[in-house]
This record gives sequence, C-alpha cells and structure tokens, in this order.
Amino acid sequence: MKKQDLLMVGVGGQGIILASDILGEVALAAGYDVKKTDTLGMAQRGGSVVSHVRMASQVWSPLIKEGEVDILLVFEKLEAARWSYFLRPGGLAIVNNHAIPPLSVSLGAYRYPSDKEVEDILKRRTGRVYFTAGTSKAGELGDIRTLNMFMLGCVSSFLPVGIDIWKDCISQRLPSKILQINITAFNQGREETSNVNLR
Amino acid sequence: MKKLLSGNEALALGAYHAGIAVASAYPGTPSTEILEAIAQFDDVYAEWSTNEKVAMELGLGAAYAGVRTLVSMKQVGLNVAADPFMAASTTGINGGLVVVCAGDPEIHSSQNEQDSRHYARLAKVPMLEPSDSQEAYDLMACAFDISEEFDTPVLVYTTTRLSHSKSLVEVNRSRVAPAKQPGFISDIEKYVMLPVYARLRHPLVEERMVKLATYTETFPYNQILWGDRKLGIVTSGVAYQYAREVFPTASFLKLGMTYPLPRNLLHQFAEQVDRLVVIEELDPFLEENIQAMGIKVTGKEFIPRVGELNASIVEEAGRQAGLLDKTSEGQKTDVAQGLPRRPPLLCPGCPHAGIFFVLSTMGQRSKLLDDRGKAQEESKLIITGDIGCYTLATYPPLRALDTTACMGASIGQALGMEKAGVSSKIVAVIGDSTFLHSGITGLVDAVYNQAQITIIILDNGTTAMTGHQDHPGTGISAQGKKTKAVELERLVRGIGVGDVKVVDAFNVKALRTAVRSSVGNPELSVIIVRGTCSVLLRARSGPRVVDAEKCDRCGVCLKIGCPAIQSENGQPCIDAALCAGDACTICEQLCPKKAIGPLSGIASKESK
Repeated sequence: MKKQDLLMVGVGGQGIILASDILGEVALAAGYDVKKTDTLGMAQRGGSVVSHVRMASQVWSPLIKEGEVDILLVFEKLEAARWSYFLRPGGLAIVNNHAIPPLSVSLGAYRYPSDKEVEDILKRRTGRVYFTAGTSKAGELGDIRTLNMFMLGCVSSFLPVGIDIWKDCISQRLPSKILQINITAFNQGREETSNVNLR
Repeated sequence: MKKLLSGNEALALGAYHAGIAVASAYPGTPSTEILEAIAQFDDVYAEWSTNEKVAMELGLGAAYAGVRTLVSMKQVGLNVAADPFMAASTTGINGGLVVVCAGDPEIHSSQNEQDSRHYARLAKVPMLEPSDSQEAYDLMACAFDISEEFDTPVLVYTTTRLSHSKSLVEVNRSRVAPAKQPGFISDIEKYVMLPVYARLRHPLVEERMVKLATYTETFPYNQILWGDRKLGIVTSGVAYQYAREVFPTASFLKLGMTYPLPRNLLHQFAEQVDRLVVIEELDPFLEENIQAMGIKVTGKEFIPRVGELNASIVEEAGRQAGLLDKTSEGQKTDVAQGLPRRPPLLCPGCPHAGIFFVLSTMGQRSKLLDDRGKAQEESKLIITGDIGCYTLATYPPLRALDTTACMGASIGQALGMEKAGVSSKIVAVIGDSTFLHSGITGLVDAVYNQAQITIIILDNGTTAMTGHQDHPGTGISAQGKKTKAVELERLVRGIGVGDVKVVDAFNVKALRTAVRSSVGNPELSVIIVRGTCSVLLRARSGPRVVDAEKCDRCGVCLKIGCPAIQSENGQPCIDAALCAGDACTICEQLCPKKAIGPLSGIASKESK
C-alpha cells in the first residue's frame, strides 16, 4: 500500500477542515491506516488553515515532515507559495487559482505575489503543478461553498480509491439538502483532472 | 469497528463508556471538544461551568457523591482550578474523578507554553498520557479504575496535536452501568479539611504514592518495545509518534503513565541499551525525574524545550546528537521569503470592530506605536485587555490593546495602573464569557477600592473564540436546554456600579459618546457593548459597496481592519461575499464622504 501524504492549505472559511475530514474517512474506507490533523491557530475566520492527511499501511506522526508531501491541495494561491516547501521533489500541486488578499496587503504593508511568482516558487519543488479555476466553477454551480468538494474531486483522480467510496463518504457527511450540488462539484473536479497528464 | 476519531472525541467516548454520570468544563483550546462530545449523550449530565475552578469543584462534589466524573480544561485552565485540584488530591474521592488537562505546545491558541505535567507531581496524583486516539479511548477506562482503586483524582494529559488529530480507534467497549447509586455518606476526617483532619490525610497521600509507584511497574501501557539496543528511547504522548517515525529500528520504553514513573522498568531498560535518551515536548519532565533515579540519560541537550515537536525537528535533533547519520541529510527546505502574512482577524461584521475603532482613534494610539508595537511615550488612553477574539484588536490597524495576561486580568491590571498613579485614562476591555469566568471578582474589588477606571464588557452573546459555546449570560445549557440567563447589567449594578451604560455595538456615534462620557466620569463606570457575534448571524442582507466617484481614498474604512474591505491599487472596495451588510454598517457610518452604502442606495442616487 503506497503511502500518500496530502497537505491541504487555504484560508479559514473555505471548507478545508470538512474536506480533509472526508478525505480521512475515504482513506479509512479504502483500508488505509490514517491520521489527519489541522493547524488552525486562533483562526475562526480569515487566518491560514493547514490540514495534514496521511494514509499508508501504518502511520506514526500525524504531521507530515517538511519536504515529504506527495500532494499539495491548495484552495488559495498565496498559500501555495507559503506551503510549497512541504512538497517532496516531484510531488503534485493542485492549485485553485484564486486570490484572497490578506489585510496586510490591503493596508499596503505587503504586495500580493503575481501568478508568475507563485508558479516559480512551486516550480522550485516540482514540475507537476496544475492550476484550476475552482472558485469560479463553484460559483457557476450556484454556491462557492462547493469549492471544497470540487477540490476533492480534483485530487480524487490521483488517488487509488474507487469512486463509490468517495460518494459514500461525502453522502455520510453532508446534509441531504446540499448533497446533490456538492456531488456535482465533486464530479466536475474529478472530470477536470481525469485526463490531465501529470505523471 | 474502526472509527476515525480525534483525540478529544476518543477521550469523551472513553469516559462515556467508563460510565461517567457527570462532566464539567470551561471552553478552552485545545480541550473544548471533549465536553462538546459528551454533551451529546443524554444519560450524562454535562455542563459548561462558569470557570475551571467551579468545574473542578463540581467534579469534586459529584465524585464525593459516588459517581464517575470527568472534568476537562486547557493547560492554563488547570491554573484556575489548581486550588480545588490540590484539595481533591488531599481528600481523595469516592466515585472516580478524572481531570483532562490539554497542553498547547507551540502556543497555537493560548497565552503561554507551560508544561502542566508538573501538576501531577505537585498534587501527587497519577498521570496518564495517551499517544493517539486509540490510547485516549483505552486509557480513559484505566484512569477511572485507578482513581477508584487508589482513592485519588487522576490527571490525563493531552496536547493540541493529540486532541486535534484524528486516528483510528477500535471501539471495543460499550457503556458500563454505574457501580454505585449516587449518595453522600458523611466522613468528616476525609472530606472536611480542617488542619487537624488535613494532617491525617497527608500521610495517606504519601502512602498512595508508594502504592502507585508499585502499580506503575506493571501498568500495561508502560511498555518496552525492543529493537536495536544501541539506542533506547523513553517517550510518551504524541512525541512517541515522532520518535517512532524518525528512529524506526530503536528500542522504546513507551510510557502511558508518566507519574509516578516505573523505577525498576526504567533501570531494566537503561541497563540493556547502549545509549538512553528521552524525547518529550516542552520541559524535561521525564528526563529530570529519571535522572533523579540515578539513571544516566539525556534529552533536552538536543530536543528543543520550546514549541511543538514534529518528525523534522526530532530528526534534526537526532542528527545533532549523533543518533542519526550526519550524511543522511533531510530534504533541503526553501521557505519562500517575503510573502504577506495572514494573521487571524476580527471577522466581517464583528461587534468588536466599532468599539475598538473608537478606542484606537480616541487615544491616537496607532500614531504612537512603532512597527513592533512599542511607544515612546504614554498614550492618553491605556487599554488593558483580556482573553478572547477581541485580543486580535492588538494587530494593526487597530492596535487597540496594551496588555493581555490571563482570563479576567484586564480589570485588576487597570486598577493596578490607576493605584500606581499613571496620569492617563484607563480602560479595561473584557468579553462577556471572560467577565463571567473571572471578571466579576475584579469588578467587586474595583467597587470596594473606589476605582476610577472604565470597564467595557464586550457582550457578543457567546464564547466565540473557542467555537461559540453558551455561557451563563446566554441562558442556554451545554446540552442545549433553556435555563436562567444571568443579566450583565443587573449583575454590574448589583455589585454597586453607578454609571452603567448599554450601547449598540454597531452604532459608532453612540459608542463614541458613551466612551467619552464614561472616561470623563471620575468614578468607576461600566459600558456594556452589545451586538451578536457575526458568525452566528443567520441571514445576511445588503452588502455595502464603495462609490468610487465619491470616494477620495482617505483610507478611514481600511482602519477598521474589516477583512471584507480590501484595497485595489489604493481604491477601497468591499467583497460582497464577506460583508455582513445591514447587520453592521460600521464602514458606512465612518466614511467622511458618504461613499459607502447598500448597492441599491448607491444605484438609485446615481440614477438621479
């Protein structure tokens, strides 16, 4: 059973904790040993959120070592640059091409990095970088809160877990009222990456 | 069946299956979810207590009455509860009493990085340390058995990384029926700690430690895992996971009970390995206790005392200590430099934003402070702060707090500054839940000692920082039942404050008038600033927009520190998806050019 270390990063309020919880359940259902942990700090809203999900035949530390992340799943692109050093050389980065400028940028104390800069920082670690317009696509579906399921769909193409397990775990976790739109978001994400060549 | 549970969920389920009848806590990261999980069970009485001291006292009473009881809190919560905790050690219990204390290495959400394991030694109580969710679940059963067998409270020590990480748990027990019916049998020599009886208890406590020292030698969760005998590692808690990952072939003495320590087992292990090290987070608690047994051991020589450990840190330390091949260099990390920081913020629509804007601008405070938050002279308005979301108002642009120490400290600190003789006006700010937790006694002191300060109670109707728990002011119990609410204004007046104002948190003009009036009053005054926490708002309507034609880019709106207000090339604009709209309107009230309003309002003016 090949180990998979996933780091999910973004901003408070983007639904990362729920998504990583579901990913953990998926790993359990697929027969892996699994550990998952979030570093939230004081962030109720608006701070950086980082979620570690580790799946393997046996997992010890809940935190992934720097430089050993297999898949970096990014909900906000500045956070891609911030956490890129966790990627193993040649690891995969899936990046929602969406900016949420922190207050320090609005106040003029810092400049938000350009797309080129973000990409260059990622490319220092790996050539396997995939950008997606997740936030726009979730918005087109009618609810940007489906971004987290869209991103899970994107990453699902790269994990050896059957589609039924994904759908079961999502169904168990989400209220029936919002389930359909979230499954649609998941399917769109999965479809988008299913033919992307990032091997 | 295996379940994926967080450490806190596993502790809660373990306690539930151990047959607890009562659970009490005050919310505090990273311990909060323990009581939240227990509150879901109808056949347990679970409460948010006013503070940890009350929670512990309630636990003591319930345990005296013969039922199994769980009390949970964060590391600094045990400081608050230390007095009854020491008492619990002295009197012992009747029904099992287990105290969960959750440490916060790395200070993810605390005011200090204390290692609360020292309390086990201070209080002479046994301490258990789980290393994953399975052990959190399993050890809870042991904890209650030990408590009853040895007539002692038991400390279960966890940390943020354990409490807040999920791992697999084989749930192999179901709830045991309580062994005893609740009932209290008077036993004065045991429960009334007059000096004459306390003197009788102390030798019993010492005897208990001797018995526990024997018990820990064969405690099944103190295990030797033999590997290569060149390196022997003594470890406990989540540090075991890091050590195991970095040294997969070493021998381990993994301790599930870390106080008292198994002397013979440690000697036996030490004698059979070439080199003995301790890997533990924060203080050298195990290390120094082992050294005191005459065993040669190192640990903090290379393992940091500060911050949370992880496998990378343990690996680097191992290399420094010569435990790992120096050539097995880890991944070179290239952290991207100069990226904008993203500290946590007050939310859009936060009821604290308006009052802090008023305080910040009235004191001209931001102008006095340099980049590191240091001023060259005393500001006209000194603001002592407290623990809660509002502590975030310390960051730019608000810069509105001068102190934060511990729960409830703002009032006493303000009083101390006044009595010391500072010439500036002094304001203490404290949240509703924090005021009820430990601000009341400070206010009584202020009334009694004729303070001239102003106390601002920020009443957002919830314990927001820890995830919106109810408290005595909300009138809703931990288990969701309607109960009696404590009314802040009546409480404050009842203590004897004459000048009490209640102000709408979203009315800037009223806030400014109230602060001017109260600060100008030479007597003690209290302002209750009331407004619902924006996270609890059900519906949002009327997001505000900036009319770029009227806006002269003065930047006042950016000084609120609202995350919804952003600047694109100097032009402020509002993110409609984030804006709290009609519920807030602080920016609209502050804009000198009247350039901010609801979309419909601006559109209709444009059409004229």
